[in-house]
Amino acid sequence: MKRTHFRNKILPYLLIAPQLAITIVFFLWPAGEAVLQSFQQEDAFGLKTSWVGLANYSDLFSDPVYIQSLEVTVVFTIAVTAAALIVALLLALAVDRAVKSGPAYTTLLVWPYAVAPAVVGVLWWFLFNPTIGILPYLLSLVGYHWNHALNGTDAMILVVIASAWPQVSYNFLFFVAGLQSIPASMREAAAIDGAGPVKRFFTITLPLLSPTTFFLTVVNFVYAMFATFPVIHATTKGGPAGSTDILVFKVYNDGFIGLNLGSSAAQSVVLLVIVIALTVIQFRFVERRVQY
Amino acid sequence: MAAITLKSVGKTYAGGVNAVRGIDLDIADGEFLVLVGPSGCGKSTLLRMVAGLETITDGEIAIGGRVVNEVEPAERDIAMVFQNYALYPHMSVRQNLAYGLKNRKMAKEEISRRVDEAARILEIGAFLDRKPKALSGGQRQRVAMGRAIVREPSCFLFDEPLSNLDAKLRVQMRGEIKQLQARLGTTSIYVTHDQLEAMTLAHRLVVLNGGKVEQVGTPLEVYRRPASTFVASFIGSPAMNLMPARAEGAVAHVGAARVQLEIPAEGAMTLGLRPEDLRAVVPGTEGALHLKTAYVEELGAQRLVHGTVEGTPFGCAMPSDAALADELYLAAEPGAAHAFDAQDGRRLG
Repeated sequence: MKRTHFRNKILPYLLIAPQLAITIVFFLWPAGEAVLQSFQQEDAFGLKTSWVGLANYSDLFSDPVYIQSLEVTVVFTIAVTAAALIVALLLALAVDRAVKSGPAYTTLLVWPYAVAPAVVGVLWWFLFNPTIGILPYLLSLVGYHWNHALNGTDAMILVVIASAWPQVSYNFLFFVAGLQSIPASMREAAAIDGAGPVKRFFTITLPLLSPTTFFLTVVNFVYAMFATFPVIHATTKGGPAGSTDILVFKVYNDGFIGLNLGSSAAQSVVLLVIVIALTVIQFRFVERRVQY
Repeated sequence: MAAITLKSVGKTYAGGVNAVRGIDLDIADGEFLVLVGPSGCGKSTLLRMVAGLETITDGEIAIGGRVVNEVEPAERDIAMVFQNYALYPHMSVRQNLAYGLKNRKMAKEEISRRVDEAARILEIGAFLDRKPKALSGGQRQRVAMGRAIVREPSCFLFDEPLSNLDAKLRVQMRGEIKQLQARLGTTSIYVTHDQLEAMTLAHRLVVLNGGKVEQVGTPLEVYRRPASTFVASFIGSPAMNLMPARAEGAVAHVGAARVQLEIPAEGAMTLGLRPEDLRAVVPGTEGALHLKTAYVEELGAQRLVHGTVEGTPFGCAMPSDAALADELYLAAEPGAAHAFDAQDGRRLG
């Protein structure tokens, strides 16, 4: 790594001051505030604040609604990540075979990533609308009565599809790049070694893609857990009966709608710990690359 | 072990590019055939067609008497060594060697017997459990060859296997490939752009140019009687001197210099003289080639003098103790002159 040495002792601090200011004002301060609030309880009118220690946390983990939200989050995160990765990989494999039409196809597939998350939510909400949506109409033809406002499973499927959709574009780009970095001779050697297309994929292509896959898994986990708020907000609002109430949405609901600031702050701190854990994993393993 | 036959084999790409045109070759069982030519001459394409990695758009390829045009690479009973070795980076050396055998559902004991045998032959036993990343270039090269020999195929295909190695290792591995092939007696096709590699390895070499065969022959035949100016300039190092000349009877005239030809010819022609077939004569000798020296390369065993004769670039190889001068007078050894058609460059006679 290249190191630059400054003669002036103050200049380097001045240069990083704006970045530091932003980090402190927008990240460290609110995070500290959240940690502080998570140990406090406030009355309904905001007149009195009392120190309650770990009460907010112990309430949280004995609350079946919070436990349900945790479970929903696990299911949602795994489903979004799996769906986004598998669909993206299939599309990338298809593009990898198309030599000429590849770039045009790639460009088209990247578009969904540019759609704002709230718009994504509304788009799928319309498509799946039980009254006017085209997909419930098609499903009714095969005898399934879709209603994500009443059926928790339907609601989960809706938010998973809507959340995975833009992420497919992102994963797709990485998979295409990953596939193109595998030398053609590797697959040719495997073909001569008697491995059919399916066997080649599972014994050569997939292992060689593992650094990309691992990186994307972490990124998708973070995305599904923390960046899907607009999609949930625009479609199910966590319902029905909390069946799509992921942790991030619950923080918002309890804090800003329910005005239970102490509990909301404690939930934020739990999320903070999860983010830190995921970041550590990313730095420890992804930055060092998966070794083969 | 198998003979390979190519019958008017051609390759036209979708864009209409003719990479390979009308190749006829009979490769005998156990023969070491080298395809040599400059980049873009179609030699790799031809090899990949034999391997089944490129479709054959014209003609027929038969391995061991069986036409393989529509046969998958895995079913052709061939093994290939790639330029970048194409070792599987996530597998150990042992797994790399065993991969092709496992895919063919071979019994475990047989696989480990063959892997150990290949490791013994190539002296890679010490790092069977390492990943390719932990190996040097030469070791990777051996593993790549090991992967070919464990299969005990009827034919080895080599696609410029030594071009990623440094010069010294290249010479060493060249010797090892030659010995290995002689010992196993497996029919081999070897692609290279390096004429020295071609000369030293081949039983027979095929010089390709623009997708067509320029000449087929043993290394010495090709060196001694190049079929065209292209072959003449490509085979042999330093390259043969080629210059325009005028023939009268069996004598070629280059300015005031005269060179005796093997065969009678008349009119414009191209005269070819190998740098090593020249000797210095007393300055001012009647009919000698007059070389204006530009620079000298010392090779140790000999010195290469470069310059011009009658305005044409010209080189000659001199003993390392030869006297140097700004001007040299040279005569060709008897029978050393090559005569080529001035228009199409084909050999005369």
